[in-house]
Amino acid sequence: MEVAVENMPWGVMVILLPLAGALVCFLWPRRSVPLGLLGALGVVACVTGLCWQVVEQGAQRYTVGGWGAPLGIDLYADGLSLLMLMMTAVVGLGISIYSSGYFEHKTAVVFWPLWLFLWTALNALLLSADIFNLYVTLELLGLSAVALVALAGGADALTAAMRYLLVGLLGSLCYLLGVALLYHSFGSVDIAILAERMELSPAVWAAVGLMSAGLLLKTALFPLHFWLPPAHASAPVPVSALLSALVVMASFYILLRLWLEVFPPGAAAAGQLLGLLGATAVLWGGIQALRQTRLKLLIAYSTVAQMGYLFLAFPLGTSFAWKGALYLLLSHAMAKAAMFMAAGNILRFGGHDRIADLDRVAQRLPLTLAAFSLAGISIMGLPPSGGFIGKWMLLDAAFYRGQWWWALILIMGGLLTAAYVFKVVGYAFTQAEVTHEASRVPAGMEWTALVLALAAVLLGLFAPWPLALLDIGFPFSGGCAE
Amino acid sequence: MRRVNWDSGLLLLILATSLVPGLVIFFLPEERVAIRTTLNMGGAVVKLVLVGVLIWGVLHGHQYETRLPLLPGGLDLVLHADAESVLFVTLSAVLWLVTTIYAIGYLEGSQHRSRFFGFFSLCVTATVGVALAGNMITFLVFYELLTLSTYPLIVHRGTEEARQAGRVYLRYTIAGGALLLVGTVWLYDVAGSFEFTHRGVVAGLDDADRTVLTAIFVLLIAGLGVKAALVPLHGWLPRAMVAPAPVSALLHAVAVVKAGAFGIVRVVDDVYGVEFAASLGVTGPLAVLAATTIVYGSLRALFQDNLKRRLAYSTVSQVSYIVLGVAVVGPIATVGGLVHLVHQGLMKITLFFCAGNLAETLGVHNISDMNGIGRRMPWTMAAFTIAALGMIGVPPLAGFVSKWYLGLGALDAGQDWVVFILAGSSLLNAGYFLPVLYATWFKAPPDAWPAERSYGRRETAWALLAPPLVTALLVVAAGLLASAPFSPLQWARFITTQEYAP
Repeated sequence: MEVAVENMPWGVMVILLPLAGALVCFLWPRRSVPLGLLGALGVVACVTGLCWQVVEQGAQRYTVGGWGAPLGIDLYADGLSLLMLMMTAVVGLGISIYSSGYFEHKTAVVFWPLWLFLWTALNALLLSADIFNLYVTLELLGLSAVALVALAGGADALTAAMRYLLVGLLGSLCYLLGVALLYHSFGSVDIAILAERMELSPAVWAAVGLMSAGLLLKTALFPLHFWLPPAHASAPVPVSALLSALVVMASFYILLRLWLEVFPPGAAAAGQLLGLLGATAVLWGGIQALRQTRLKLLIAYSTVAQMGYLFLAFPLGTSFAWKGALYLLLSHAMAKAAMFMAAGNILRFGGHDRIADLDRVAQRLPLTLAAFSLAGISIMGLPPSGGFIGKWMLLDAAFYRGQWWWALILIMGGLLTAAYVFKVVGYAFTQAEVTHEASRVPAGMEWTALVLALAAVLLGLFAPWPLALLDIGFPFSGGCAE
Repeated sequence: MRRVNWDSGLLLLILATSLVPGLVIFFLPEERVAIRTTLNMGGAVVKLVLVGVLIWGVLHGHQYETRLPLLPGGLDLVLHADAESVLFVTLSAVLWLVTTIYAIGYLEGSQHRSRFFGFFSLCVTATVGVALAGNMITFLVFYELLTLSTYPLIVHRGTEEARQAGRVYLRYTIAGGALLLVGTVWLYDVAGSFEFTHRGVVAGLDDADRTVLTAIFVLLIAGLGVKAALVPLHGWLPRAMVAPAPVSALLHAVAVVKAGAFGIVRVVDDVYGVEFAASLGVTGPLAVLAATTIVYGSLRALFQDNLKRRLAYSTVSQVSYIVLGVAVVGPIATVGGLVHLVHQGLMKITLFFCAGNLAETLGVHNISDMNGIGRRMPWTMAAFTIAALGMIGVPPLAGFVSKWYLGLGALDAGQDWVVFILAGSSLLNAGYFLPVLYATWFKAPPDAWPAERSYGRRETAWALLAPPLVTALLVVAAGLLASAPFSPLQWARFITTQEYAP
């Protein structure tokens, strides 16, 4: 039995299972909710299996169909992929549970296949070992995300979805051009092979520029963030949650992989530029979030700001800084999903998300408000949350490298975040005069938000373990951009 | 081996005695008064017993330490009990019990009590955590938790004024927390460690840049100074008095301002080392800042008619005695500062309890309405009088002991100017307390009080009356029995012997 567990190709199952789930949900729409939930649980189980395998046996490489690297498709699972997969599994399970209460039957039928398909694409992306597969999965991910945004219906959602589609296509097209250039130069798309053969040439620089630009557009780094707030805010709540928590991080993940493993080192100036853009995103996103009058838009702008933090690791470039940024990414995913879910509960309960009128709603949903506040603590980076650990590591790296101005940005970003989070939380304590006609919020939706938010906070107390995971087959030790 | 486990678990238990009831209380429905009260009181009593065990253990040379690795590379969350922690933990455990009784009486029948007591317990947990923190990052964690758990208490009433006060409070404390964070990270980068050790970890660094160390010191003190209400960072404190009386009492006596003052003591004594800090030249400016705060707070207090505001400015002034005692750099002054940590807590909590009683029973908020109030509420005002006289520094009350040691210590350290500050401040204290006492006892009462509630033959509910009486007795005891073993003074002396080289 144990041998069977040991030798299971968990990495392949992680992709096949949600795909099968999506098909089954599509074929039996009446049962889509229980089937979808079952699929989500199955994915979590597979990721656990993969985790066990990677921890026990080190990084895993699967050759799908028995064909090796240059010809066939390789899947590769190291600590970085694993951590991202685990985070996706946790958030994905949360979103699945939340969605089972959220959607009407009519929308649920469409939602479940699309969502599980998106999950498939995301898992495949995280396991891809070559840059062309990364392109394919990125495209699949983008298309299913667009379809999910359009799910809300209505003119706003369709416009946002259209814009999201065009931006996404533009981004992946840039990326694909870069892939073509690299393939032309080195005759391979495998990340490991490319890393070996990498040498500088104008074509390589063009590829680096194109791929980075495409991915930055998809990650919504300032000033390429314009598409994100409308798309994230107009989608149905579970979709907003999965876009902000999972989809944007996919393109960041690719960028990180390329930057650390493929792209030629010595791009110090580029690192500083990315850091600068990240810093601007932190401040701009924060200020914009503060100015919003709608809760969902506020949260969406907060995502713009939080994405900015991740790019502060590029100029610092130490392994500590990378890990810090990844830890921020991890806790942001959980916290942001929880925040959107909390917003969704408020929206469901009171029928609106105008921040100024929240007092009448917020007090009657204590669990949801607790979820929002806890998620806010992590996003602000207050201890002992996961966000705090990430921020601490980045701060430490900034002082270590003597680049204290990044520390200043981190602190100012934190203050801005505190300002917009408390702008919302403050309403929970004001006296409410008017009572709303409230609709019921299922307990499952409230608890999912709370548990995810709590996980984001508790992540701060268990940092050594995930950070140790990152060291398995870690790309950071050798290839970090010093 | 078993003994060691028990020892390391004790600190966690002490934290849990307020954390667990707090978390449970959040989920209790509003009307479950009996369970809530049992949880509150049970937690407070058990904590007090455990703190007793802790004192016994520390005296008998037990080492109490609990570690949780936070990041690879030696960054740990550390709970650690040394003599200074014990001083602060005992203060908070005793005053928590008293304040819980008071709060139960005070909030009887009001709304949102589960929310209130939940955050109240979290607030105490954070304070105890601040006291037991064994290094800077642990301190920071609990310091921020304190900010977050007090905010809902300050805005508890939900009025527009309360919301404004809450907003100002957050603005100050979150910014302060950010400064503290930067200072802490920078310190970690420079020193590689920030465990609290006697005579400081920084003192052992030979090759560190002294300018950098000074800059870090300034950042840390600025971050802590917000909560300790050092001028000009004190703006939030007088506004925060819109909170319900038990919250003000806790805020001013134990929780927030004390956390700031205690942090300053920690940074000067156990991170930098008081002698090294003096050689760095940072204690002089700190002493001047503290002296300025003392005088400024007292001056502002003179002109407040609202009783709680006057008390709030008095806190601004009095808390800086602690900072002054540490910054004067001398063993005797340090004793004065540390002992004032306890004494000020006892006196100020009494004053706020009494102010709450006046507001709750008679609807009196302003000093101009207090004429003859001593005849209506003799017991409350007796407690008030004792605490006020203690604040002025009348022997043999607690405040006198603090001021005596501060003055003596300043002379001993050759800083004679401090004595003038102390004398001037005492005069100002008398200036803002004696007129109140005079009006209370000797002026004729009005025909009717603004909003009187009847409690039968008693002057007010027993749950409101007993706490200030107890704390007033403690004020007397701390002064009269100052040289008895286990008095705050003796404990402060014990601490000081560890901070200064013999």
